[in-house]
Amino acid sequence: MVPSADPAATHLAPLAFTVPIIVACLLLALGRRLPRWAVDGLATTTAAAVAGIDVLLLMAARDGRVVTWAGGWTPVDGTTVGIALVADPLGVGAALIAAILMLCALVFSWRYFDSAEAHLHALMLLFLAGMTGFVLTGDLFNMFVFFELMGAVAYALTGFKIEDPTSVHGALSFGVVNSLGAYLTLCGIGILYARTGELGLAQLAVALRGNPPEALLVTAFVLVLTGWLVKAAMVPFHFWTADAEAVAPTPVCLLFSGIMVALGVYGTFRVYHVVFAPVLPAPGVQCLFLVFGAVTAVVGAVMCFAQRHLKRLLAYSTIAHVGLFLLAFGTLDAAGTEGGALYVAGHAGIKSALFLMSGVILNRYGSVDEIDLHGRGRHAVLLPWLMPLAGLALAGLPPFGLGMGKAVAEEAVATAGGWWAVAVFVLVSAATGGAVIRAALRIYRGTGRAPEASPPGTEETSGTDEEAEVSGLLQRVPLTMLVPIVVLLLGALALGVVPGVSEAFHAAASRFTDGAGYVARTLGAPAPLPAPTAPSGWTLSGVALSLLSSAMALAFALAALHHDRLPATLRAAARPVAPVLRGVRALHSGHVGDYVAWLFVGVAVLGAFLAAGAL
Amino acid sequence: MTLYVYLVAGWLLLVGSLGIVRSRDLVHTVVCLSVAQSGTYVLLIAVGYQRGATAPVFGSTTPPSENVVDPVVQAMTLTDIVVSATVTALLLALVIQIAKRHGTLDPDHLSSLKG
Repeated sequence: MVPSADPAATHLAPLAFTVPIIVACLLLALGRRLPRWAVDGLATTTAAAVAGIDVLLLMAARDGRVVTWAGGWTPVDGTTVGIALVADPLGVGAALIAAILMLCALVFSWRYFDSAEAHLHALMLLFLAGMTGFVLTGDLFNMFVFFELMGAVAYALTGFKIEDPTSVHGALSFGVVNSLGAYLTLCGIGILYARTGELGLAQLAVALRGNPPEALLVTAFVLVLTGWLVKAAMVPFHFWTADAEAVAPTPVCLLFSGIMVALGVYGTFRVYHVVFAPVLPAPGVQCLFLVFGAVTAVVGAVMCFAQRHLKRLLAYSTIAHVGLFLLAFGTLDAAGTEGGALYVAGHAGIKSALFLMSGVILNRYGSVDEIDLHGRGRHAVLLPWLMPLAGLALAGLPPFGLGMGKAVAEEAVATAGGWWAVAVFVLVSAATGGAVIRAALRIYRGTGRAPEASPPGTEETSGTDEEAEVSGLLQRVPLTMLVPIVVLLLGALALGVVPGVSEAFHAAASRFTDGAGYVARTLGAPAPLPAPTAPSGWTLSGVALSLLSSAMALAFALAALHHDRLPATLRAAARPVAPVLRGVRALHSGHVGDYVAWLFVGVAVLGAFLAAGAL
Repeated sequence: MTLYVYLVAGWLLLVGSLGIVRSRDLVHTVVCLSVAQSGTYVLLIAVGYQRGATAPVFGSTTPPSENVVDPVVQAMTLTDIVVSATVTALLLALVIQIAKRHGTLDPDHLSSLKG
């Protein structure tokens, strides 16, 4: 047995999710008797404490992994009956992002929910506990349990504005589709347990070592992945995302979009690298994620550009970016994982800041409809500059961290054989950034034609009926709303300019892709270090491509705003796109039965794809 | 016999899902979700079942040498049932609120979120 580097560090991992659960219970019990400031203070302090624990854990896990066996049931000669928590740098990093975003969301909601009782804070802390547990556990069934905790709390948070008709509708679709995905995952876990008698990720890997990729294992892999990929909003499992994120309270959207969907991607690749990498041949899996990632990115980007409801626009842009995450992580090597992880971190900062801005817009102007708000924000001071800047950063503007992640990921994807995927990266990030810039220019500068009354019965959701989340509209933006926005943007900037970030992410990515090392370290054998590869930060081509996508984003935005002034040939070329777009939009019907049917289509296609590659 | 149990589990999962797809009433949708989940209970219990074995509670009537069914899957099933109770209650609460706000329970008539 190899002792952990620092015995004190092994106590940190359980604290990271038990502390928020205990405080959440206290808040539920005492919330009615406490004044609002005490509830806010307690919840915010707890989120800060979890962030602190995550930082300590990250320092301890820097040189490897911190393994904690619940109840001290450590393995003897490589066999164990215990349940482990395994903290590796990438997992703890994800937990840290979740804690920081939670901190920002809670500070933002000090003024945001005038009427909120302690329920909101308790639910938010439980949500944080679910997300933290999901990334720290080293046991497949516990992953499912934390996934369900995260899920059930998320449905409740989505439907938090219980008086709002769209809110309860979105929450129900989210709940049904996600629960069904989770049950398919549980079936996969059941099949794996039947085959091996194990539930721990490391123990499963040992039991499956040397197995041929038989049909039963492919089925189990597809089923386990389904739940994670529903959470990750991969096409065709993505339908719930826009419905839920459009209607959830803004601080909740920030967490959904900034980190929750990325955790789905995390779960997928954690299970692959540790358990299935030796069983399923890599080329088939790579091909799978290249195809599904590209389709997700394109569908998300097209739907994003077509929206007028600001929060739906951001939700579809998240789907587009999830596609890009899948492309990056789907290379299955350290370079691609490094790019993907940087991209996730940079995206968390920018997208969360954008969601908070949409919350500010909702509470100042009483609407999140881009057309309806035309020119309404002309007198605002700071946001007319911050929002287009965030749009450019979303498209990859250097030196923001998102741009660096995009550059590293593009290079890795090109090396892995998908040169065309670089074009997908550039176009998709330009389209999502362009949509944000378009909305910002329209709202804050009144660019483009003033709106006409839209014809009734159109197949789109407008954002005019969205209920403000404060009593009465705000006259000016309070500091508690502005500071989180600025902090998030600065954080995303710091990722791209602080030296050593790329090296740290590369080290974390090499640990994440080294499944054999994970297994050895968890079961107490000496883990050989993965062969060092060179980290890649900003490169000349990366900067050039990022500048290109930012410029294209600006061009897309201006073209959309001044489409009546475009040359006739360009407008004629765009005409055949309209019916295709109408078709894609019609598929997003808001009907929960349709969404479930698509879920099964997705499972069947995933299975067929993997079976063709593996059997 | 063994195959039959797994077929039942698969059938429950699929028929529940089909029920959601074809549902005309949201209460029916939520109940169908529970039916689909029952498939997972059957699967898990079947995985740990042994012929001629007894319940995994050792004591005066069951010495440790006796064959018992696998307690791990039973614990998993219990967890699963707890999840089911929570999720079903939550979704039914949302359905009540949908009925109040939209005045209908037919998913075909809910048109607040499109495109």
